[in-house]
Amino acid sequence: MADGTEDRHWSRTRSLMWIMFVLWLLFSFVVHFFVDSLNQITFLGFPLGFYMAAQGSLIAFVIMLFVFAARQDAIDREEGQAEDI
Amino acid sequence: MATTKDASIGGRSFLDNLGKIYALYTGGFFAFVVVLAILEQMGVPNKIIGYGFVFLTLAVYAVIGILSRTSEVGEYYVAGRTVPAFYNGMATGADWMSGASFVGMAGTLFLLGYDGLAFVLGWTGGYVLVAILIAPFLRKFGAYTVPDFFSERFGGSFARFLAVIVLICCSFTYVTAQIYATGIIASRFLDIPFAVAVYVGLAGILLCSMLGGMKAVTWTQVAQYIVLIVAYLIPVVILSAKKYGIPLPQLTYGQAIADITNLEHQMAAKGLIASAKDAAGNAVAAKPHIKPFTSYDPLNYFALILCLMVGTASLPHILMRYFTTPSVREARSSVAWSLFFIFLLYFTAPAYAAFAKLEVYSLINKGTQLAQLPQWMYTYGHLGLVKVCGVDVKVIQDVIAACGKIANHPGVLRMQDLSINTDVIVLSTPEIAGMPYVIAGLVAAGGLAAALSTADGLLLAIANALSHDIYYKMISPNASTFTRLVVARVLLVVVALCAAMTAATRPADILSMVAWAFSLAAAGIFPALVMGIWWKRATTAGAIVGMILGFGICLYYLVGTRYFAPSFYETWSWLSDATPAKAAEYARLQAACTADAARCAALDKFAQGVANWWGVKNISAALFGLPVGFAAIWLVSLVTPAPSQAVQDMVDATRRPRGEAIVREKGPVMGH
Repeated sequence: MADGTEDRHWSRTRSLMWIMFVLWLLFSFVVHFFVDSLNQITFLGFPLGFYMAAQGSLIAFVIMLFVFAARQDAIDREEGQAEDI
Repeated sequence: MATTKDASIGGRSFLDNLGKIYALYTGGFFAFVVVLAILEQMGVPNKIIGYGFVFLTLAVYAVIGILSRTSEVGEYYVAGRTVPAFYNGMATGADWMSGASFVGMAGTLFLLGYDGLAFVLGWTGGYVLVAILIAPFLRKFGAYTVPDFFSERFGGSFARFLAVIVLICCSFTYVTAQIYATGIIASRFLDIPFAVAVYVGLAGILLCSMLGGMKAVTWTQVAQYIVLIVAYLIPVVILSAKKYGIPLPQLTYGQAIADITNLEHQMAAKGLIASAKDAAGNAVAAKPHIKPFTSYDPLNYFALILCLMVGTASLPHILMRYFTTPSVREARSSVAWSLFFIFLLYFTAPAYAAFAKLEVYSLINKGTQLAQLPQWMYTYGHLGLVKVCGVDVKVIQDVIAACGKIANHPGVLRMQDLSINTDVIVLSTPEIAGMPYVIAGLVAAGGLAAALSTADGLLLAIANALSHDIYYKMISPNASTFTRLVVARVLLVVVALCAAMTAATRPADILSMVAWAFSLAAAGIFPALVMGIWWKRATTAGAIVGMILGFGICLYYLVGTRYFAPSFYETWSWLSDATPAKAAEYARLQAACTADAARCAALDKFAQGVANWWGVKNISAALFGLPVGFAAIWLVSLVTPAPSQAVQDMVDATRRPRGEAIVREKGPVMGH
């Protein structure tokens, strides 16, 4: 296997990690910095700032992980680094 | 796997029929609950119902544990690496959600309102870090334990030994708290003394784990997850359906929150809740449910989220669950399933808290005379968990007398008079809402499942570190498979007994120290683990210095601020957030302590409030340990020679799912 593929596999893996990491920062911290402003908005009957901490960020984390698993799997396959089994 | 074991638990026909087997099990559990409900209606006493729930669920777990016995090292340590992603997700959910999560989380949210959501966020978001930074790489690595990775990556026994030390420090207090929780639940529902109940719980834990190691723990944890999630959801679904006509509490509690806010306004106007004046001079509730930063300041709120998340991604009993999947790909999707199953409970907990708060506020807002306190307050008052005007709710005259001593007390129950232990909310909600006793029994079975499953995972993590990392890898590398498994089991029993004996003494400190496990794991393990995978240049010296400094600072901050608060404050007063007024108060108490040693307790108590760096609470000690750990690894690595080509190639291989595992068991290749 050419080294080029392996390098490209790792650089794509790394990019995906950084995208997920920034999203993680966003939903773990940044959104909640604005809780007071978000609480002025009502969403499904909840003040939005409260909703984001109680449900919104959690839903985002779950979706992120399923997307991550699928994306990383696609990267592995496209770069010929997927497992045989 | 050997064909002779096809039909047993963990064998091929078992793995092929997992869906059917656990569907049948879930159906059987529902049928069991219905049968007990019918028996209750026929007049069977509550005590028998309680026995039914505790013993029958324990028996099921024990049977699974015994059927999963094994004599293969690979099955004992990593369940033969045959656990599909979906089921490993459920097992991780049970492994993760402790007795405290199950019983205490909703209560914490009840008391803290918005600020309590730091726990909900912190205990879920960490899985993003597990998935993107750690788990798939450790799975490819092919280790049996987390310290295995430290040894291979950072050349040798010392790094392994440090990892074992951190692992034991963060897991032992945690497992003690789980055994304590099983003791509390067993003693309440079996009506036996706590000290005996602890050993009943211990027997349940050992029956699950001793014979089959990780394999047995995996399949019991799946069974325990099903019990705990059913038990958590049913009461709050019933409440939601009764109150708003829709059995989806997670959607309907938006209305409950609006109702709570209305009640807070009314109660503040009537003086029935601790209140403050708003800008217009009207009385408003001092700590409204949805208002942020009433209990934690923003710094501590976000620091807590960070430490809980990073701690989640470093706790060995969680990481080792991802060693059991058949492939790297499944390890990744397994993290996603884990978070999904954990999410089901954690996004329900705030709803639980809101419904319970609405019930309690409604009770207070309508003006309840002290002589007419509801029955559930007495039930839990007798256990010391509900206080009114500072006394346990046991005898009504005592409560009235205590409230009478408060100036201008109106004679009706006020929110500021009421103090509810966080454990009461989940345990008492079925009674508060007037549900049959069978639901209370179900909740107890769920709490027991949550505590047992977490205890199993933790015990295995500790015992495996001792038997695999210390005994096999460091003391006796030529030990036979048979000897290794005997040693592993003996150590499991020894560790379990130590934890049970500690729990039986009801150590108040141990319980508050559980929260420390997250900071200790985060500071001790996370930087070296992540840098070892993501930075090839990280060297042995860097990792060792980073682990010692990161963990050391964290431990120093935890112990110093908690047990040596006065001297910690005096050393670091220039970093403390104490106001001049507080500093003066400290000086006054210190003079009093010097004059009369009996008054030093007051000094110590006060010092715990001001002994800090920039006001950071000690639960978030990793806020200091993490950056120090990362910086030390980075700096020391740069000034020491780069790791050998072999180590760098190994790191490369860890990053690619394709190819052989890095660490392999001697002897017959296991797996496919």
